[in-house]
Amino acid sequence: MIKELHNKLINKEISAVELTTEYLARAKKSDLNAFITITESEALEQAAVVDEAIERGEEIPLLAGIPASIKDLLMTEGVRTTAASKILENYIAPYDATVVKKLKENGLVMIGKNNCDEFAMGSSTENSAFGPTKNPYDKTRVAGGTSGGSAAAVASDLSIYSIGTDTGGSVRQPAAFCGVVGMKPTYGAVSRFGLIADASSLDQVGVIAKSVEDAEIVFNAIKGKDERDATSTLKHENIKTLKQNNGLRGIKIGIPKEYFSEGIDQEVGEAIADFIKRAKDLGAEIVEISLPHMEYALTVYYIIQPAEASANLARYDGVRYGKLTINNKQSTNNQLIDIYKKTRAEFLGPEVKRRIMLGTYALSAGYYDAYYKKAQQVRTLIREDFKKAFEEVNLIFAPTAPHPAWKIGEKIDDPLAMYLEDIFTVPVNIAGLPALSVPAGITKAGLPIGAQIIGGWGKEEEIFQAGKTLEL
Amino acid sequence: MLTQEEVKHIADLARLELVPEEIEKYQTQLGRILDYINKLAEAKTEGVSTADGGTTDLENVWRTDEKSEIGNQKSGTDLIKMAGEVEGGQVKVKSVF
Repeated sequence: MIKELHNKLINKEISAVELTTEYLARAKKSDLNAFITITESEALEQAAVVDEAIERGEEIPLLAGIPASIKDLLMTEGVRTTAASKILENYIAPYDATVVKKLKENGLVMIGKNNCDEFAMGSSTENSAFGPTKNPYDKTRVAGGTSGGSAAAVASDLSIYSIGTDTGGSVRQPAAFCGVVGMKPTYGAVSRFGLIADASSLDQVGVIAKSVEDAEIVFNAIKGKDERDATSTLKHENIKTLKQNNGLRGIKIGIPKEYFSEGIDQEVGEAIADFIKRAKDLGAEIVEISLPHMEYALTVYYIIQPAEASANLARYDGVRYGKLTINNKQSTNNQLIDIYKKTRAEFLGPEVKRRIMLGTYALSAGYYDAYYKKAQQVRTLIREDFKKAFEEVNLIFAPTAPHPAWKIGEKIDDPLAMYLEDIFTVPVNIAGLPALSVPAGITKAGLPIGAQIIGGWGKEEEIFQAGKTLEL
Repeated sequence: MLTQEEVKHIADLARLELVPEEIEKYQTQLGRILDYINKLAEAKTEGVSTADGGTTDLENVWRTDEKSEIGNQKSGTDLIKMAGEVEGGQVKVKSVF
């Protein structure tokens, strides 16, 4: 898709401004609520610059002039950046995230900022303070989350690709729900500078695109070490890996038995079985593997994520990030702490409050060892499980999510039921691995299903290669 | 299960003001989540080291402690403009005590 459009641009079959105008019109017309902010004037200016370069006969990058969108969790200079929260409703980002800066160097045309769950906490984009994003395949259903706006926008062709973020599946699961490709890089492969922090040891910027090839093009443009993110690195866990051949012939694919236990939708199970069979027919060797500590992955995640988020979100106290109605003049209270408490009570949503309290509890005196420390120990065990597995196989295949998209409102009053939907995506974040979700079928009711391809640390090329061979 | 007093204490530590209905709601919801999370106690972790954040094989990153331009980041004045109330180029807040 990106390459085709690039050729049309350089062959002057269409101008970047024409293309941008068309996508802006679609984005404005859409009723999916995929965008929090549409950046029309910026997009047209950026497109005009690309057209001028083409006119001068300059060579332009593959991504130049391609209409894109950015999850509203990433800082975009001069543009409102809300993290889908009322507490940042009036916050104008003073600088660009490194990812955005790199894309601008590649001729970014940004149509707008995509809707998501507030501070990237949720699994359905229903936690956005700006209303839920609807699934393009069935508008009564969720688009997935937390990068639901990104997935819905790409799936319904409101943008060609979107930059999302993945803390526990937030790029892969909405991609699966909306029938598009979602790619989560190795932790450290992409800079987090300018990404509004949720859980710092789990957060990673990822890509939602229409094809694996497109996701790879975008990943290659945004990856790399950044001196402003001390955890970004080019060095990854040095694991002995098997030789990768062309296509799937001769490669070994592990199927973790723990991923195929009870609680998985029948049609999802069948689609994944088909996906695995296709890999086998193309010459891959399929082996069953075991990741014995997987049963603890979700509990580990729901301790580490809230704990880190509770610390990261302490900064939102009504003092610094945009004007809010509870300010000094309007309060009759005399102390600063009252302003903090009232501001956070009024402007943070219920899921964010729940996680902040959960995290505060897990880190509080007397509970730290039983929760956070224990979770970090089990995290080591989960990583070792994956490390052992990747000494035997090139890739691991699994479902992206246990069910297809659910009805809007169905799980909103049952936070634990919502958390359980993350069961197949969080292990990858706990271990810091790269993974891809690719479309793997449609249910009888017409809802997309995603298959997950997990690779060893730094093995993005291998997941892209398998994804390109197997995507539907 | 958490008591309502515990919920109030946590909310206080987290700088969140809760109304009585919220205390009740979070007591039930957090209680259910904690029941689930407590499964972690079964995991055998004797002698297992804690993971060190998001990556493996990381080395410490050093830099000199000097003033530098952070890309296109705006000046302090621009950052202060985003505050709720500003007076004389400084952020104005209520007294701490």
